Amino acid sequence: MSDLHTVNKSPFERPSLDTCLRLSKPGSSILLYEDGVYAAVAGTAASDKVSGALADKKVYVLEPDFKARGLKADRLIEGVEMVDYAGFVDLVDACDKVQAWV
Amino acid sequence: MKFAIQVNEGPYQHQASDSAYHFTKAALEKGHECFRVFFYHDGVLNSTRLTTPPQDDRNVVNNWMELAEKYDLDLVVCVAAAQRRGIVDEGEAQRNGKDATNLAPRFRISGLGQLVEAAIQCDKLVVFGD
Repeated sequence: MSDLHTVNKSPFERPSLDTCLRLSKPGSSILLYEDGVYAAVAGTAASDKVSGALADKKVYVLEPDFKARGLKADRLIEGVEMVDYAGFVDLVDACDKVQAWV
Repeated sequence: MKFAIQVNEGPYQHQASDSAYHFTKAALEKGHECFRVFFYHDGVLNSTRLTTPPQDDRNVVNNWMELAEKYDLDLVVCVAAAQRRGIVDEGEAQRNGKDATNLAPRFRISGLGQLVEAAIQCDKLVVFGD
């Protein structure tokens, strides 16, 4: 079992993602939702951080929030998985505890 | 699995309340239990029955009320945060000499101990906020 970290801030607005990536343990899962979904877009100044995290962590993005911001699945960083709210619930169900980086 | 939900933001400043609502709804639809939803800080603004959003806009207060009705949810509003923001029920109106109440049906005002209890009783506490 591992921890689930939720990040709801754009990496271009606040340092929540940086803090999360720095403090989360290998094997953790990270869910990007609300404005946090911008971190899941390929080819941005923040993309390398997420790609790097994928080496030892799982990264998920909440599909309704991703789509609500006009983003399409083909812009997703390779290895990041899309989940819907039911998938969000499953991630919480499967983890040890949830850390919200609000 | 038994969830508890904490909502720290009102309906119009941030997406947190919508996210919390959709998460709670999805969890209940999957058959999970929600021990309590605790509204804290500006989150208490989700509990006023006096909001009248445009008809083509989502009504966050009604959404929570309907979900509570369907699943018998315990929607708890933090008393200290509510007093600061003018969220009032009968008891608070009497205690503080107010001439009106605005707490929506299905919500109740109580103390921070309810959040602590929810955190102890639930399997997972999920926090939504800014």
